[in-house]
Amino acid sequence: MKTEDFDFLSGMLKERSGLMLTQDKIYLLESRLTPLARKRGLDTLDALIQKLRMRADQGLIRDVTEAMTTNESFFFRDNTPFDLFKNHVAPAMEKARGNQKRLRIWCAAASTGQEPYSLAILLREQWHKWKDWRIEIIGTDICTQVLDKAKAGSYSQFEVQRGLPIQLLIKYFKQEGDIWRLNDEIRNMVTYRPFNLLDNFIGLGNFDIIFCRNVLIYFDQPTKSAVLNRMAKTLAKDGTLFLGAAETVLGITDEFRPVRGQRGLYVPSSGEAEKLMGLG
Amino acid sequence: MKLCLVVDDSKVIRKVARRILEELHFDIEEAVDGQDALEACERNMPDVVLLDWNMPVMDGLEFLRAVRARDDFEQPIVVFCTTENDMAHIRTAIEAGANEYIMKPFDREIIEAKFSQVGLM
Ligand SMILES: C[S@@+](CC[C@H](N)C(=O)[O-])C[C@H]1O[C@@H](n2cnc3c(N)ncnc32)[C@H](O)[C@@H]1O
Repeated sequence: MKTEDFDFLSGMLKERSGLMLTQDKIYLLESRLTPLARKRGLDTLDALIQKLRMRADQGLIRDVTEAMTTNESFFFRDNTPFDLFKNHVAPAMEKARGNQKRLRIWCAAASTGQEPYSLAILLREQWHKWKDWRIEIIGTDICTQVLDKAKAGSYSQFEVQRGLPIQLLIKYFKQEGDIWRLNDEIRNMVTYRPFNLLDNFIGLGNFDIIFCRNVLIYFDQPTKSAVLNRMAKTLAKDGTLFLGAAETVLGITDEFRPVRGQRGLYVPSSGEAEKLMGLG
Repeated sequence: MKLCLVVDDSKVIRKVARRILEELHFDIEEAVDGQDALEACERNMPDVVLLDWNMPVMDGLEFLRAVRARDDFEQPIVVFCTTENDMAHIRTAIEAGANEYIMKPFDREIIEAKFSQVGLM
């Protein structure tokens, strides 16, 4: 690929989704965009690039942006965050929101839904505590294709075997041929909508818990800071933020600080959420 | 190191499972059917049994029931690993005392995920 083509594509992707690509990722552009070019009736990636240069075809730009997202996800990914949620974060919220009985959770890069559904399942497992609460779990992602899959709640045999304990498979899924489909009681706990983390967050409302896992790694430093700073404004002062195992707030924003000894868990700098969670 | 007993009548499957589990730092013993596995348990009780369902002589479910019925056994963790991939089989296995259940085909990621779920890693 020519340098100017790489610069053109990577510039476009950075602007659209925040995705940072370095020259050593050219193979990714080639392997993901060549099939898209073919689907669009073009012979080569070069032809696709030419088309993009000629005219700002919004549909095509969106397809290119979506094709370049990495959507890998699995149930209870990394386990620890979900243990923390179950043992500390949810009990803290049960106390702190005991009067309103309202809880809003945001999965900001929900992909194919395994993350929000894992949370829904954990809450469902202690439904006696939550049944008269108004719990909203909102899953957003820039990629509409993955959201369609998330909404369907249908997973392959392979997908349900990565991270999902067999007892929970038995309890919350129905088998439909090769497909394992989540029960409606879990599916109905989560709402999905397309949302770009580069956009402003007005309209999303405020949250008690934010999961923003394995998406900031794709952004450059200023973009990470901007996203986290805006998240701080939507998160309750006694709320919590979960990041992926390879992500941190250190050196990126002063709005959050890590909870000591609890990997992946962050709280607003001004707050005292640790006490509430019994982690102080 | 933890000891895993791989029970499968297919030599190929035993070999694949052995390779994955050795990479995950398990010692491996092999058995070709339930009867063979029961004898292996009597000699040297494994920490975990990776268990096929359909085998000659004694099948996986019979083996599991026999193991769970023994009160002189230090009970191992049992992870089924079978092509039986319908809910009825899964329920039967769990009710008989299986700790986890893998539907074939499997790969390293699935073994790793399932083994860490039952606290082996
Ligand atoms: C690797 S997945 C993470 C899924 C899940 N959070 C997890 O940890 O398993 C990353 C997701 O981020 C989404 N994404 C990338 N850029 C985004 C943006 N600017 N706004 C919203 N979502 C974005 C991708 O579409 C992809 O589905």
